[in-house]
Amino acid sequence: MKQNILPAIRLTLVCMVFFMGIYSLLILAGAQLAPGKGKGETATANNRVVGWKLLGQEFTDDKYFWSRPSAVDYNAAGSGGSNKGPSNPDYLKQVQDRIDSFLVHNPAVKKGEVPSDLVTASGAGLDPHISVQGAYVQVKRVAAARNIPVEKVNALVENNIEQPLVGLFGTKRVNVLQLNIALDKLK
Amino acid sequence: MNTEILGVLLMYLLTVALAIPLGRYIGKVFESDRTWLDRLFNPVDKTFFKLGGIDPKKEMNWKQHLSALLTINLVWFLLSMFVLMNMGWLPLNPDGNPSMTADLAFNTSVSFVTNTNLQHYSGETGLSYLGQLILMLWQFISAATGIAICAVVFRAMKEKTTDKLGNFYSYLVRSATRILFPLAVVVALILAFNGTPMNFEGKAQYVSMQGDTVNVSRGPAAAMIAIKQLGTNGGGYYGPNSAHPLENPNYFTNIVENLSILLIPIALVFALGYVIKRKKIAWMVFAVMTLGFLLLLFNAVYFEMKGNPAIAKMGIAQPLGSMEGKEVRFGPAASAYWGVTTTVTSNGSVNSMHDSFTPLAGMSALLGMMINSFYGGVGVGFLNFYIFIIIAVFISGLMVGRTPEFLGKKIEAKEMKIAAIIALLHPLLILAGTALSSYLYAHNPAAYAGWLNNPGNHGFSEMLYEFTSSSANNGSGFEGLGDNTPFWNIACGIVMLLARFLPIIGPVAIAGILAKKKYIPESAGTLKTDTGTFGIMVFVVIFIVAALSFFPALALGPIAEYFGMK
Repeated sequence: MKQNILPAIRLTLVCMVFFMGIYSLLILAGAQLAPGKGKGETATANNRVVGWKLLGQEFTDDKYFWSRPSAVDYNAAGSGGSNKGPSNPDYLKQVQDRIDSFLVHNPAVKKGEVPSDLVTASGAGLDPHISVQGAYVQVKRVAAARNIPVEKVNALVENNIEQPLVGLFGTKRVNVLQLNIALDKLK
Repeated sequence: MNTEILGVLLMYLLTVALAIPLGRYIGKVFESDRTWLDRLFNPVDKTFFKLGGIDPKKEMNWKQHLSALLTINLVWFLLSMFVLMNMGWLPLNPDGNPSMTADLAFNTSVSFVTNTNLQHYSGETGLSYLGQLILMLWQFISAATGIAICAVVFRAMKEKTTDKLGNFYSYLVRSATRILFPLAVVVALILAFNGTPMNFEGKAQYVSMQGDTVNVSRGPAAAMIAIKQLGTNGGGYYGPNSAHPLENPNYFTNIVENLSILLIPIALVFALGYVIKRKKIAWMVFAVMTLGFLLLLFNAVYFEMKGNPAIAKMGIAQPLGSMEGKEVRFGPAASAYWGVTTTVTSNGSVNSMHDSFTPLAGMSALLGMMINSFYGGVGVGFLNFYIFIIIAVFISGLMVGRTPEFLGKKIEAKEMKIAAIIALLHPLLILAGTALSSYLYAHNPAAYAGWLNNPGNHGFSEMLYEFTSSSANNGSGFEGLGDNTPFWNIACGIVMLLARFLPIIGPVAIAGILAKKKYIPESAGTLKTDTGTFGIMVFVVIFIVAALSFFPALALGPIAEYFGMK
């Protein structure tokens, strides 16, 4: 053990320089070539920064498409999930309340059409997406709140569907922030 | 075919396709054979050895290896304690995050030095950037420790009769610089180009479309996330780990990160074939591991895609499946796949919240950690599997009335005793820990009300999961558990320490003792260990040990919850 102490300390110091220092700086330098330069990419509307491209944000107004429920109210400096178990009675009551509240705001929608992603919280509480069905069930409400034809909003949703990777792998989904930015531009 | 399932198939097949050539490369690194990266890394390694004062050619026996390993791990632990308890005033702290309390620093230091990465803090508020960087250092070198000690066991399996098993420091440095470092650079750059932050600035701020002011945590995330996946560490930069949109921006990065979880654990199996020049044994090991992995995977993907039966009863649609704690960009299939890969490999990063898994999918995650050798953590996963091989050889030997021999070495009482102790240690730590915490909670629910986020059987599963994760050096959690308390910090810290180092010491001792024994050439009387029959035998041993140890606990947790929801 004794003859190992000195090499252990010296080797640890070398590792600190290499893995904390050189490695980090190498990635930092590489990131300068990336979009956003490693600082994060923002989304703009009307020449104003309204969010980060990758991060979901809260939408509760009837005239916007809503994001999913969030266990942390879309706090991007303290993210997290609900960690509720599937059989927890308090949790199930909360889901039921969200369904009821959704149906009150969207009277034209039948219960069986509401997809579960709209009434369950995401893993990080910052999910930027909703499912395609989750966007379509909100169309009538948004169109009524804005006094624009339903077909126009439907077409907008269709244009904003993100396809699976190369059309083959993963889920179809809609980015809520992008959709709402496009919605505000709609005349 | 469903695009979600296609995604899962793609991830697995791609991983195996890359792991085979990588295994060959790792074998060459272990054997110091020539590789195409030598020109780059020979001078790097030379600098490491020179500045570290190490003679990489000095051969060590198994005891010297363990002594070197334990000493350097102690140094890491002490340094980690110092940084975590003082980072509040140390540099690189633009957000002004506080230092850790002693019990939390103990838990976190043990957790990262033992390659577990159990996190009782949340990255955004609980660490300075220096804290993140020092943890990233442990992610590199604790993973390298596992790989290095695995190389020692490979070497012992290969040699005919010797006690010279290479140099520990040399294996350690070469594993870190030649295996982990180049892969981490590639993965980190892919992440940075897909939008993962890589900077040293404090929080950013914006005003949302509805007029809310939002702060966004950032920092040197991309560098850490790459090595957290590759080294089966799993400790995330952000609290919710790879479910966070900045930590795992899209489906493509999800493929890259998930591939990184399984890549080195599978490659090491093929490295074994290269080092001992017995490819058939490597394929036998791979087949047994894959069979177990697939069984857990089918179960998890099926139940997650089916959705939550309690929500189905409310009459809404579940077109994707169970969505609580999941991200729409990944969906339940890729989340379940991640959940199983991260638990069988002792990685412990997550891209969805395991606490919200449907009961039997949660059981797949639990079983992955309880068995802990279907691929397993980098290096140590094979060490666990090695124990099961020794037990299987012994039992088959008894069954057919032949002397138990493995790779030309007789397995005798001493080796069997060590193997049995190590095989039983893991269930003991899990069950004793869970029993203790359940006892405390059951006798005074008011005093420990902050512990459980869910009532009933699921609450029991939360405690079972925490100890299973600690003992498997996994690090994922049923995160509803209120675990930043002295009880959980200290109890899990002790479990992680025992569960890391004893299962390293045991197999290295067995391999070292066997290596010194007289080599007996194969004859007609030798039990063949590279056949399908022997593979089935190993699988049966693993299954019986797991079933006998864990079925009662699982029956009280996920199984009872499943039937309660029907």
